[in-house]
Amino acid sequence: MTKKAMEVVQAARDEKHISGHELRKVLFPDFFELHGDGLSGDDPAIVGGLATFHGQPVTIITTSRGHSLNERIEKHFGQPEPSGYRKACRLVENAAKFHRTVFLFVDTAGAYPGKSAEENGQGEAIAQNLLRIGQAKTPIITIIYGEGGSGGALALACGDGVWMLEDSIYSVLSPEGFASILWKDAKKAAEAAEVMRLTPKDLLQQKVIEGIIDEPADHLQVCQNIEQVLQTELDKLQNLSAEELLVRRYERFRKF
Amino acid sequence: MVKLFPHKNTLTEKHVKANKVADDRVPDGILKKCPKCHTEIFANQLDSYLTCPNCDYGFRIPAKKRIEWLVDDFEEWDSEISPSDPLKFPNYDQKIAKAKKNSGLNEAVLTGQAKIDGQSFALGIMDPTFIMGSLGQMTGEKITRLFEKATKKGLPVVLFTASGGARMQEGILSLMQMAKVSNAVAKHSQAGLLYIAVLTDPTTGGVTASFATEADITLAEPHAMVGFAGRRVIEQTIHQEIASDLQDAENVLKHGFIDHIVKRQDERSTIEWLLKFGGEAND
Ligand SMILES: [Zn+2]
Repeated sequence: MTKKAMEVVQAARDEKHISGHELRKVLFPDFFELHGDGLSGDDPAIVGGLATFHGQPVTIITTSRGHSLNERIEKHFGQPEPSGYRKACRLVENAAKFHRTVFLFVDTAGAYPGKSAEENGQGEAIAQNLLRIGQAKTPIITIIYGEGGSGGALALACGDGVWMLEDSIYSVLSPEGFASILWKDAKKAAEAAEVMRLTPKDLLQQKVIEGIIDEPADHLQVCQNIEQVLQTELDKLQNLSAEELLVRRYERFRKF
Repeated sequence: MVKLFPHKNTLTEKHVKANKVADDRVPDGILKKCPKCHTEIFANQLDSYLTCPNCDYGFRIPAKKRIEWLVDDFEEWDSEISPSDPLKFPNYDQKIAKAKKNSGLNEAVLTGQAKIDGQSFALGIMDPTFIMGSLGQMTGEKITRLFEKATKKGLPVVLFTASGGARMQEGILSLMQMAKVSNAVAKHSQAGLLYIAVLTDPTTGGVTASFATEADITLAEPHAMVGFAGRRVIEQTIHQEIASDLQDAENVLKHGFIDHIVKRQDERSTIEWLLKFGGEAND
């Protein structure tokens, strides 16, 4: 039975949903964290580093919401600061230097809308990711495993392919925000969710994403499904030259 | 009332001459209040630059008005491109019709090839009177084509931004424009060509988070609002009021994200100089 759009939104935000921490633990047991943006800070809402995937070195970047309340406050509930986006950009460019594939895992309501974030150039940080990650000469695959909120998600999903778990969303803003801006009534969120076409099925139809990953209740099985997609995509993209990769990436967004 | 125009022979000057009679018809009694310094200004104190005589704030101005005093010559590109309606959003068609009437444009950006003092360049001007300059699918298409054509013709790009952000009525396709335009900016840059962005009031959301902050040289108008998140959203997030100048261009410059604040009256001469000396030197 098909879920209503708002049910998908709720499932994507559910506490029991798979976490970035879990994904790293299961899929990349040898994960070695690399902290910091190399400029001004180390945003805990973005966790990135090195790992191997079926024997191959890869770069992993995940958004992180945290577990304890303190962690969550520190991580702004998984909403990155500019230094988080700059960290991701640094790690992607470093991966490109060594021809390492990049896997990004995204679950964020959006970029952190705080005072310090504004002062530190939140807009500029996202823009530079679009500009520079977009040109990084190495395969870049993004998995959305919860919320894909606006420019804050796009900044981590501007590579060669985006796949989504069944219970996840990707949208220009939250359905609550959409309803309150366009209809002056945040309570119309369910209606907004339908209109916005933010479910994986809708997004696949609009060719915004490459595919949907089955999401059974068992998290280990979910990880296996993700692993399979990553391997298939990797095989496909690794055969392309850097030039072919960038042409393909340009076309991927040019069609919109 | 009329300020002296620093440049002879601009389209404005011709325009002003032609419209002298029409200008005289503007009633003297209409008051405008500067949103920045709150000075009350009589309509007949405002010339075609539409700036506050007290603080130099530039009032929001339709793209076609700006072109009158900015350049000597302008040939429009892709004028027929008009908004898509990918979500079939209720009443969006009426909003578009009104925007077209307000601005005299079919989309929220005017693009084409322009000349200042014999120098050719690709010019884009976003229009705040067209659904607040929001970034729709076709707005992004016009800006992408601007960069693509400029790359092909070997021209620098000057882009005036004014935007409330992504165009909600078009959903995710509006968001995709940020990446689409950015990729075109990257190609233009790789060709060694100069890109100058001029941030005008307001430059926010998805436009700030893409092509507005990807230029070689970033200019801004005095007191223009430049930011990513909306003021109310920030205040709700941090549970306190924020300073009224947090998103003023002057404060953004102080934090390192703007190169220079330029008064509207000086934009033409500044762009002329930067086109000459800000990019690859001509032999
Ligand atoms: Zn003023």
